[in-house]
Amino acid sequence: MTVAVTILPSQQLAALNEAYRKAVARKRLRITLGAAVFSAAVIVASVGAEVNLRTFFTYFGNFVSYFDRIFTLENGSRVWTDIGEWFWGWRKWSLYLGETMLISYVGTLFGAILAFALNFFAAENTSPKPWLRFVVKRFMEFCRTVPGIVFALIFVIAFGLGPMAGVLAIAIHSTGALGKQYSEIVENIDMKTVEGVRSTGASWLACMRFAVLPQVAAGFASYSLLRFEINVREASVMGFVGAGGIGQELIVAVRKFYYSDVSAILLMIVVTVFAIDIGTGWVRGRLFGRDRRA
Amino acid sequence: MIKLPAPDSEGLQARYPAVFDRPVSARLAMPAMLLGAFGIFAFGLVHLGFSPARMLSGLHQLGWITLMMIPPDPGSSLPLYLKALGETLSIALLGTTIAAVFALPVSLLAARNIVPSNIFRFPVRRFLDSIRGVDTLIWALVWINVVGLGPFAGVLAIAVSDFGAFGKLFSEAIEAADRKQVEGIRASGGNALHEIRFGLMPQVLPVIAGQVLYFIESNTRSATIIGIVGAGGIGLQLAEQIRVLEWQKVSFLILMILVAVAVIDWISSKLRFAIIGRRAVA
Repeated sequence: MTVAVTILPSQQLAALNEAYRKAVARKRLRITLGAAVFSAAVIVASVGAEVNLRTFFTYFGNFVSYFDRIFTLENGSRVWTDIGEWFWGWRKWSLYLGETMLISYVGTLFGAILAFALNFFAAENTSPKPWLRFVVKRFMEFCRTVPGIVFALIFVIAFGLGPMAGVLAIAIHSTGALGKQYSEIVENIDMKTVEGVRSTGASWLACMRFAVLPQVAAGFASYSLLRFEINVREASVMGFVGAGGIGQELIVAVRKFYYSDVSAILLMIVVTVFAIDIGTGWVRGRLFGRDRRA
Repeated sequence: MIKLPAPDSEGLQARYPAVFDRPVSARLAMPAMLLGAFGIFAFGLVHLGFSPARMLSGLHQLGWITLMMIPPDPGSSLPLYLKALGETLSIALLGTTIAAVFALPVSLLAARNIVPSNIFRFPVRRFLDSIRGVDTLIWALVWINVVGLGPFAGVLAIAVSDFGAFGKLFSEAIEAADRKQVEGIRASGGNALHEIRFGLMPQVLPVIAGQVLYFIESNTRSATIIGIVGAGGIGLQLAEQIRVLEWQKVSFLILMILVAVAVIDWISSKLRFAIIGRRAVA
C-alpha cells in the first residue's frame, strides 16, 4: 500500500513555516529566560551557602574514606568478617529501635485522634461555621509547618529529657499533616448520604457519624498508616535533641568516632524502615485493595 | 399518611445469610484489632514514661514558655537572622538542584521501560531505597565529618537524601510515559538516545519540573532543621536560642520560618501552575 504525501504549494508552506518558526522562537526565548533566572538564583544561592568547590574536592576523599572507616572494625579488619563484634550492642540497639517505633506509634495515634476530632471542622462541606474552619485550618497549618524537631527541642525543655518530648512533638506534627489529609478526604465525599441523614432530622454529630464516617474510614486508616511509616524515620532522629529513641545512640557514636557502631546502627535503622515500609504496604494492601497503595 | 409494611426480617435473614450470620472470626476481627492497637498504645504510654503529674507540670511549663515568647523580638540580631534565613533558602535551592541533576540519569536506569532487565534495575532501586531510608539529619551529620561545619554540609545532605527520593519519583514518571511517541521516533529511524531525548523527555520533563519545585518547597522546611546538628542556616540560630532560653528570639525565628515557607509555597505553586497547568497539580 502506498500513501501519497501531498506537498502544499510553496506560498502556503512559507506562511506555515513562518508561523512555526515564530512559535518555536517564542518558546526558546521563554526557556532561555527561565534558565537564565534559574542560573542566577543558583549562583546567588551558592554564594549564600558558602559553597566551596575546592573544599569539596579536597575533602571528597574523606567522604569515601568515611564509609571505608565505618565499615572497618577497631582491629583493622572489615566489619563483615566478624558479625558478632560489629553488632556487639545489638541487644541494646534493638531496645532503642523498639522505643523509636513505640514513639512513632503513640505519636501517630495521638496525632490521628486529634486530627480526627478537628478535621470535620476544617473540611469545607462539613464545617459548621466559616470562622471555625478558618481557625482550625490555620492551627493545623502551624502544626505542620513548624518542623517536628523544633517542637521536640522546646518540649525537651518543658517536659524534661526523654521519649515523652519526642512523642508529643510527633503527635503535634501528625495532627497538622493528618488533619489536612483527612479534611481533603472529607471534602471529596458524596454529599447525598449526608443530605439523606440530615433529612431524617439528625444533628450535626449524627450526620458525621452515620453519613460521613462510613465513607472516609478506609481513607483515614490508609493515610494514618502512611504517616506512621514517615514518623518512624522522624523518630529515629528525635534522639539527636534528647527526645528518646535510637538517635541518641547514633549521635553519640558519630560524635565520638565509634566508626563500626555508626554503620551497625545505620544498617539497623535502614532495615527497620524497610521492614515497616513493606509491613504497612502489605497491611494497606490487605485492608483496602491495591489501588490505595499509591 | 402511608403506612409502611413491616419489614419481613425472617425472610431477609434467610435470603442474605452472609450479612446476618457472619462467621465469628469476621465479627471479632475488628474489635480484636482495635483492642490490640489500644493495648500497644497503653503499653507505649507506660513504657515511655507518661504520667499525669509529668504531663501537668510540663503543660504548666509550656504555658510559661508561651507567655515568655510574647511579643516576638529579634533583639539586636535581626541582620544575623536574615542572613541565616538566606542561607537556609540557598541550601534548599542548591541541594534540590544538585539532587535533580544527578538523579535524572540514575532514574533512567531504574525505569522499567528503559532498562528491561531486572538484574540491573533491582540493585539500582535498592540503592535508592537505602539512601531514602536514612533521614536528612543523619546525612547532615555524615557530611559535617567530611566538609566541616557550615551550610555546605547542609547542601550536600539535602542533595544526597533527595537524590534517593528523586530517583524513585523520576523513574515512576518515566514508567508512566506513553510508549507510542518513543515508537514513533524509532519508526523514523532514531537510535536509543534519540528515543529518550525526543520521545520520553518532552513527556516527563514537565512532571519532573513540578516535582522539583515541590521539593524545593518541602526542602525549605528540611533546611530549617539541619542547622540543629550544625549544618548551617536558621536552624542553628533557633537551636542556640532555645538552649539559652531566649524565648522572644525563638518565637521571632519561628515566625520568620513560617513566613518564608508560606512565601516559597506561594511562589512555587504559581510556577507549577505555569509549567504543568492547573489540572496536573491537583
